[in-house]
Order: sequence, then C-alpha cells, then structure tokens
Amino acid sequence: MDFLTVLQILDSSIRLATPLLLACLAGLFSERAGIFDIGLEGKMLAAAFFSAAFAFTSGSVWVGLFAGVGASVFLSGLHGAASITFRGNQLISGVAINFLAAGLTVVIAQTWFSQGGRTPQLPSEARFGNIVLPGAESTIREIAQLGPLGQIYSELISGHSILVYIAFLIVPLTWWVLFRTRFGLRLRAVGENPAAVDTAGISVVGMRYAAVIICGVLCGLAGAYLATALNAGFVKDMSAGRGYIALAALIFAKWRPWYALMACLLFGFFDAVGNRFQNITVGEIVVPVQFMQALPYILVVIVLAGLVGRAIPPRAGGEPYVKER
Amino acid sequence: MTDAAAIELRGISKAFGPVQANKDISMSVKRGTIHGIVGENGAGKSTLMSILYGFYKADRGEIFINGQKTEIPDSQAAIRAGIGMVHQHFKLVENFTVVENVILGAEDGAMLNPSIAKARRTLKELSEEYGLKVDPDAIIEDLSVGHQQRVEILKQLYRHADILILDEPTGVLTPAEADQLFRILERLREEGKTIVLITHKLREIMEITDTVSVMRRGEMTNTVATASTSPAELAEMMVGRKVLLRVEKSPAKPGDVMLKVDDLRVVRDGVERLKGVSLHVRAGEILGIAGVAGNGQTELLEVLGGMIPATGGTVTVRNEQIDVSGKHSNGQTRRARGIGHVPEDRQDEGLIMPFEAWENTAFGYHKDPKYNHGMLMDNAAIKADCADKMERYDVRPPNPRLPARNFSGGNQQKIVVAREMDRAPDILLVGQPTRGVDIGAIEFIHKEILRLRDEGKAILLVSVELDEIMGLSDRIAVMFDGKIMGERLPSETNENELGLLMAGVTETRVGGAA
Amino acid sequence: MDKMPKWADVILIPLISVLLALIVSGLVVLIIGENPIEAMQIMVRGAFGSAYGWGYTLYYATNFIFTGLAVAVAFHARLFNIGGEGQAALGGLGVAIVLLSFGWPHWTIALLAAILGAALFGAAWAAVPAYLQAKRGSHIVITTIMFNFIASALLVYLLVNVFRVPGSMAPESARFAEAVHLPSAAEFAGFLGFGGSTPLNFAFFVALVCCVLVWILIWRTRLGYEIRAFGHSETAAVYAGINPTRIIMITMLISGGLSGMMAINVVMGEAERLVLDFTEGAGFVGIAVALMGRSHPVGVVLAALLFGALYQGGAELQFEMPAVSREMIVVIQALVIMFTGALDNMVRMPMEKIFLSIRRSRESGSQSPAE
Repeated sequence: MDFLTVLQILDSSIRLATPLLLACLAGLFSERAGIFDIGLEGKMLAAAFFSAAFAFTSGSVWVGLFAGVGASVFLSGLHGAASITFRGNQLISGVAINFLAAGLTVVIAQTWFSQGGRTPQLPSEARFGNIVLPGAESTIREIAQLGPLGQIYSELISGHSILVYIAFLIVPLTWWVLFRTRFGLRLRAVGENPAAVDTAGISVVGMRYAAVIICGVLCGLAGAYLATALNAGFVKDMSAGRGYIALAALIFAKWRPWYALMACLLFGFFDAVGNRFQNITVGEIVVPVQFMQALPYILVVIVLAGLVGRAIPPRAGGEPYVKER
Repeated sequence: MTDAAAIELRGISKAFGPVQANKDISMSVKRGTIHGIVGENGAGKSTLMSILYGFYKADRGEIFINGQKTEIPDSQAAIRAGIGMVHQHFKLVENFTVVENVILGAEDGAMLNPSIAKARRTLKELSEEYGLKVDPDAIIEDLSVGHQQRVEILKQLYRHADILILDEPTGVLTPAEADQLFRILERLREEGKTIVLITHKLREIMEITDTVSVMRRGEMTNTVATASTSPAELAEMMVGRKVLLRVEKSPAKPGDVMLKVDDLRVVRDGVERLKGVSLHVRAGEILGIAGVAGNGQTELLEVLGGMIPATGGTVTVRNEQIDVSGKHSNGQTRRARGIGHVPEDRQDEGLIMPFEAWENTAFGYHKDPKYNHGMLMDNAAIKADCADKMERYDVRPPNPRLPARNFSGGNQQKIVVAREMDRAPDILLVGQPTRGVDIGAIEFIHKEILRLRDEGKAILLVSVELDEIMGLSDRIAVMFDGKIMGERLPSETNENELGLLMAGVTETRVGGAA
Repeated sequence: MDKMPKWADVILIPLISVLLALIVSGLVVLIIGENPIEAMQIMVRGAFGSAYGWGYTLYYATNFIFTGLAVAVAFHARLFNIGGEGQAALGGLGVAIVLLSFGWPHWTIALLAAILGAALFGAAWAAVPAYLQAKRGSHIVITTIMFNFIASALLVYLLVNVFRVPGSMAPESARFAEAVHLPSAAEFAGFLGFGGSTPLNFAFFVALVCCVLVWILIWRTRLGYEIRAFGHSETAAVYAGINPTRIIMITMLISGGLSGMMAINVVMGEAERLVLDFTEGAGFVGIAVALMGRSHPVGVVLAALLFGALYQGGAELQFEMPAVSREMIVVIQALVIMFTGALDNMVRMPMEKIFLSIRRSRESGSQSPAE
C-alpha cells in the first residue's frame, strides 16, 4: 500500500466522519442539557431529504441547506414538546421521530418526484462543491507528482466541501461555547442538576429548548451534507444508521467535543476502510468486511460495559424536570 | 437605616388540596438577628420558607421586606429582594467547581472568564470577611458536606443576600461541623445579616438564636425571646396540648432474647451509616429506638429486614446467627425466619402503589404456599385473605380491588400492618408506624403493636415521634450518628433527657440543671 | 381517589391517542393531494375485504404479536427493549440451524425444536444487554440498538459465507426440507377461502398461545408478580426480597425469546429458508404495538391486528393510489408511537381535568337534592 493510497483512505475517512461529527455534536448539545436524543438519525434523514429536494427545485444549494436545517429543527421542536413540555419519555419520542422521518421522507419524495422515494440526481450547482485550497492540486495525476507534504496538503486537507471545514470548526466552537460562555455553563448545569439552575432563577425549560434547537440545526447540517455534498441527492434511508453511530461516538467521547472529533474520525476511518477493502487479511486471519462495519457498534458496547473506563452521562439526562421543594 | 423588620409576614395561608399547610401566619424578624423556627415534621416550617423564597405562592397574606411590601412570585424575585436560601438538600452542580456554582445564574456578561475572575476575587474577600474558607477551584463532589454547605452560603452572599434562610442545616453535619457553622452564622449576624434557621433541634435553637417561633400543625403558636425560654418549655409548645393517646398498657413480661445485634456496621455510598450498633430484644417486649431522622435508624431496619448488606457485625435470631452479608439472604429469607417488617416508608417500600389492595396483601409473601396453587398464584385465595384482613383491621373502604394509592395514609398503613402482623411473626421490625396517619388509625396501630407484644413477640420500634416511643416502649435506646447513645427505661426518663441524647449530648442530666 | 375511572385510562386514552395519530396521518394524505377517506376505505377493503387480504393481515399481525409481546413483557419490568429487530434476526438464525441440521421426520416435532431454537437464540442476543444493564448499569436502550446493528452484520456475514447455497448469488440459506413445512392457511382453513399464496400459517396459533402464556406469566405467576412489582418500584421490590438482577435478566431473556419466535412465522412458515432482512422492521413495530396495547396481551393482539391491517392495507393503497407510498405505514406507526408513548400527557392532562369536573358536578348534583 503506497503513501497516496493511505492518504486517500484518510481523505475518505474525513468525508465519512463529517456527518457523524455534526450529528455527534448535535447530540452533545442536547444530552449535555439533559435531553437524551436517539432521534439524531431521523433528524439527519429529514434534513437530507429536504435539502436535496429544495436544492433541486430551487437550483441553489443554500436554499436546500436552509430547508434541511428547517426540517431538522422542526423535529427537534417536536422532541422538545414531548420531552420538555409534556414530560414524556425521551427515548420513545426519539424512536417515534426516527420512524416519522423514515416514512415521511419517502412519502413526500414519491409525491414530489415520483422516482420511487428518491430525489432526482442533483446537478453540480445544486451541490456543495469541493474547495481547492490555494496552491493545492486537485487531480490525482498532479497530486501523485508532489512530495509527501504536498500530497498531504492537496489530497487530505484541500478538496473538501465547505461543510467539512465548517464541521471541523464547530468542534472548537462547541468547546468554547460549552466551557467559556455563560450559556455553556448554564447548559451543562441544566443537564446535571436542573434544580440548581431553577433555584438560581434561570428557566430550565428555556435552556433545554435552546439546547434542543441547536441540536436540530447541527443535525440539519449533517443531513444536508449527506445529500448535497457526500452524495448527489436523496435516497431512501440514506442516513443508514449514522445517527446511532454518532450517538455511539458521543458515548465513546464521554460527551466532550474534542474526544467526539477523535471518535468520529475513528468511526469514519472504519467506514472508509470497510468501503475500500472487502476483506482485510491480518496474517492468517481474514477479517470480514461485515466485522469492520459492525466494529463501531461493538466498540460502543465495550465502552458501555465499562471496560474502557466508565462513561457517565449527564446526571439529569433522560429525566423530565418536575419542580419540587 | 430604618427600624423596619427585615422580614415581616402577615396572615400567610397556604393549602395543598385539603391539607392546610400554613394557617394565617404572621411573623416578624429584626434585622441583624438570628431567628429560629421550630416544630415537628410536617408542622409547615418548610412550606412557610418556600413561600418566602418564591417556590410556592401563598393563598393569602403579605410579605414585607425591610418595611417594603414585596411580591415574591419566583426565586428570582426572592434573590432580587436580597433573600437567599440554603436548602436541606443542596442545590449544587456536583461536578462543577466551587466558583462555577457560585456564579451560576449571577454571571456578569456572556463570557465566563471575566465572571470567574471577579468571583474569585469576591470569594476571597467573602471568605476572609466571614471565615468561610473554601478552595474556589475544588470540585463540589470532592468536598465534605460541611464545605458544600459553605459553598451554598457563599453562593447566597455572592448574590448580596441580606436575609439568609437555612433549612435544617445541621441535619447532615457532624457535631463539629455544626459548631463551625454556628461560628459562621454568628459572624454573619455581626455583619448585619438576618438569619432564619429552621430546625427541630432544640439545642441549636438555645445555642444560636435570638428569638424563636414555634410552629405546630400549620400554625405559628408562639414567638419568644430565646433567653426567656427553656428547652422544656419549647418542647411543650412544639408538642402542644394535644390529646395524649393513652394506650392501655400492662407491664411487659420479657422472655428469652429473640434478636441480638452485635457491633453492626453499614457503609453506604462511602459513608459509614452504622458505626457498631449493639442491642437485643426479648420476647414480649418493645424496644423503642429514638433519634433524629438520618442517624442510622433507617439502615438498622434495612439490614435487619434484609434489604441492604451489613459491612460488619453479627445478628442472632433465637441463638442462631443469620447472614447479614446479603449473599444468602434477602427480605424473603428474613420473613421465612419469622421476622415481620413494617417499613418506614409505606409508599416507596411497603406498598406498590398502583397494585390493588389484594396484590399488596401478598407483597413479600407471594411465595407463601397458601397464596399459591402449584405453578400459579391463587388469586382467589389472596383476595379472600385480603377481604378478611381488611375487615379485621378495619381498612376503609374494605375493597380488595382498589389500588393502594387510592386509600388514605392511615388505611394504607393498616394494609401494611395487617400483612406484617397478622402472621404473628416472632420478631417485628416497625419503622415510623404512624407517620402521616390520622389519629384514629394511630390508636388502632398502637393497640395492635401492644397486642403482639402481649402475645410474646419481640418488637423493635423505630420512630422519630418521642410520644410514640415513650408511650409504647418497654425500653428506649437512643441513636445518634450511627451509634446507640444510651438506653433508658421510660419510667425513669423524660423527653428532655432523650432529646439531649438524640442531639448527641450524654454527659449532662437536664433534669437536675433545669 | 384516582383522577379517572380505570376504563378511561385503559381504553379511552389509547383510543384517543390512536385517533389523533390517524387524524394527523390523514392530514399527511391530504397534503399529498389525495383523499384520506378514500385512502382509508381502500386500506380497510384491502386488509379485510377478502380472504386474501385477511391472510396477509393476519400473517403480519402474527409477527407483531410476537414482537409486541416481547416489548410488552420488558415494559412490565420498566425495561425498554429496542432490540427486537436483532433478537428476531438471531431467532431466524436459530430456526435455520435447527431445521437444516437434522432430518426432522414431521413438522410438529420440527416446530417444537424450531421454537426452542428461535427462542434460545433470541434470548441469547438479549442476554448481553440485560447483563450489562443489571450489573454495569449500561443503558439497555443503547446496547440493544447496537446489538441490532451487530446482528444485522452477523447475519449478512453468515448468509454470504456460511449458509449461501454454493453456486447461488442470493444471500439466503438452502430451502428447508419438505417435511418441516408448516401447514398454511390454505391447508388448514382452505374452507374459509384462503388461497395457496396466503402467507398465513400455523405460526399464527403459536402466537396466540404465546399471548395466553404471557398473560398467565404476568398476571398469574409469582415471577410475573415480581416483574410487575420491580417495574413499579425497585425499592419496594428489594423490601419484598426480590432480586433486581434476576428480574432484569429473566425478563430480558423472555423478551428476547419472544422476539426470536417471530422467525417461526417468517422463516419457517413463509419463506421456508433464511433470507436477508426477513424481519422487515417488525421488531420496531412491536414498540408501537406494545405502547398502544398498554402492554396487555389482549391489547397487543388488537394493536397487532391494526398494524397487520395497516401493512396489508398499505400495500393495496400503494397499488390503487400510486401517489401514496407504502412508507405511509411507517408514518402512521411513528405517529402511534409518538401519541401513545411520548405525548401521553398531552392527551391525559386534559382528560383528567374533564373527568375531575364531571365528578365535581355530579357530586354537587347528588348532594343538593339531599339538602
């Protein structure tokens, strides 16, 4: 395996890690505020469809992006209503949202485009194009002639869509918001001990809705990336469990932004390797591709089992806040 | 400065459904004083303070702060009015640092760093001013309970609270920590702060307060200067002239030792809750355990009842040592040994609230052959048994099909009592048998306990109600901080002496000093 | 006193919730530009209008009874088992192994063995999440979801590498022997008009027997009593001497076993071989079925029937109204879960107010004549 092949796999890891990362950070905001969200998958899927549909109809990828984020935020609001206002079961609400998105996207796609539940192929102007950074080459033939540093710059760092760069910038931003701003302090507090927040004269409901909406926006970006950057259009169930992997990455990262980046890159890498090789041979043993695909999930179970140190979720997570003396 | 009282309440009333928690309460607290509020559990102290802190809205009445009529619809309004409250259960974010907890909700601006820098300076000043030393960067969960409480106080001072309400602040503190707290409160008073101290410990009232109000059953019965009263007088005002339930009681005829506990120890959540408890109960006698809630009585009952494991010590039942490690025993093996258990909390432990009465009749005894028919439970037999028990124990309404939550507190307790006592267990563990129970049911339950004693059963009674302990027990042991402080005979002691033992004071005999 | 009579809690609120879900679904159909009432008629006719329709409706319902019971049993212990899909997939594996390994002389013996295989494999797949929940406190919702994905990958691997018939490209096992063929509806109830293509088979009766057994388990046995007690209050359960670890483990094993038994209907009864993704989301439908059926076997049967009808009617709907995609069923399913599960309080709170005011007015009405 030559250096350029390794770079190509890493490059594809970054592309595949991006939707995971955005969804993972989305979940981070929600769960840090005490609202469990297993509906990341559904929100991503809804955003993927609406961004593709609107990008196709309007011809503008930005209109698509807004529509996708809008759809995701709408579902977030629904989750908020169920789990904050009506103090319902957050897990059940999340499950419902996943099915709602899985069903509605296909139903609406069929009505609008009559192509068996998919959107038409997006023309390049309705997609997020790849940005070639200054001084970078873009074709394989040219890159192959560069030195190692040049290859890293051109193949790995350059040539991604704007959403990839945004996603990576959101990591430090998330860290900064969470640990350096008043909003972040209150957000973390409301996920740990809402009673403390309440007695301090801050609205628990307000903080939690804010977190849930941010979660919706980030999931919207993740979905839009799937349909308008990674792929060229929407197909049924295209989120393909990425919402759950993001959730897994979140637990793996123990709800911390930088670790979330690492976890998502790792899971993206597994995905990239699984895509590139059917079977991996390690000495005598052949590791089947299905094992590579299942690896993220297996890792999560191991993490949850406490074998890699205990993952302690925000303490008030999953519990509706009921005011008491 | 005006002479107006720091706090003045006029005619405060508050009802929760049919329960009148506060009845027409008026109270006035002078600036720069420490004012105590005493009363039994459920007397309405906490409700009153929650109204002052904006957690509840009073049905009627007015609040004046520094002479100004003040509306307090929420906690924020209370904070604005300069009122701070240290709750019995701290409202701290456990994995935040001290300084983060202090600024939460009182930040300056959207960025944290300036707020934290300022808070660090202010905290330094405050800790020097009031002798409240705490490391601003310590994580709350690493701090002792006493230090956590300091953080709560600092939090209020940081918000410029002039009036500080402390709800049962010493309930979770060791005596040494409590003393430190009192020194801090004295400093605060010197600096002109007004403090309201809610407690049911008379020793604290006498030690630290300037004035004291007594609450009983939602009413404020008296307000006096502390210097002009005595613990005995306060106790009398707290308990009131209520009709003493005279239980007809013959002298006990103690037999063999049925239950023997030696050096029993329990560590729970890293805290030693039982620190070597030894006691014994004979057949035909009632051993009463007196004490302030949270001094290990709960753990004592739970270990004996098989709910939690002990970390040390032995328990002997009729000369036979039983397993207390929890490895080979649980609630059911205890019942099989003839140990009945009326738990302290009938709603969380003794009953499954959504279960119907008949299902609760079998709870814990559901493997009893008489309730079973081979593989299946004999529901008809359980229902018949329930109907029978309901009649004999006067449960109203006598409807086995009604869910437990639909019975009144007294009738719920009768369902538990019927279940645990009707089998005539050799040993009966009883926790808070009459908490939240109406007077008629109290009388009935007391008679049943005595009847069992007269049948030659050994009874261990835990109660925070001194009356109940005094009225029923043949011997009284007092628990404090996980230890038995001493044992007294009811005929040779009084409430004052027991009260002092409950506060951990052993050396003085109050009878002689007063 | 309770705020509401029991019938309102058990029947009225679920009905209102389902009605709301159907109304919102109708709105979706309307927005798509079709007539919801007409759509409803097509679905009802498609599901119940013919023996053919009934055959499919009951076939789907059989799956949902198994998975619905599985979720319901876990709900009684306050455990949320989202792993039905994976447990069912493993159940299929168990059925295939049992049926392919031995030359069974007759379908009756084969059925018993297959039930055992399905239940054991399904239970085994639930055992790890259950153990992690009981001993390590790992959230069972996350672990069961993860196990769904792992099961899916495992099944793909086995079908491609182990079970695939040499020379065939299709990722499916060999066909089971003729001797283990379960009687289909055409065979045991042909007189009712069921045709040869009807997928309904003997597994339907197995499902009904499971309902009875679950009912007995939950409401008639000591174990069921302990499961319910634990589900309502862990503290009280410990007071009564009930071991939480034991209850969590046993409940999840039963739940996983029931999910696995779904394979009896699909793998043994219909496909007669192990195929990829045979569960078709039935494990998830079980959640809606259990929520709607209030975790009671009778409710589960009724809810399973409704979803069976939705699945079959939905297929017909797609045929007659091409604008409405088959995924409309998933939307309805989602809305049922949302309204009966997460938005329960939205229906409950106003209903409680209504009943309270009715009682008040009745009480004041009955008092005044006496005065």
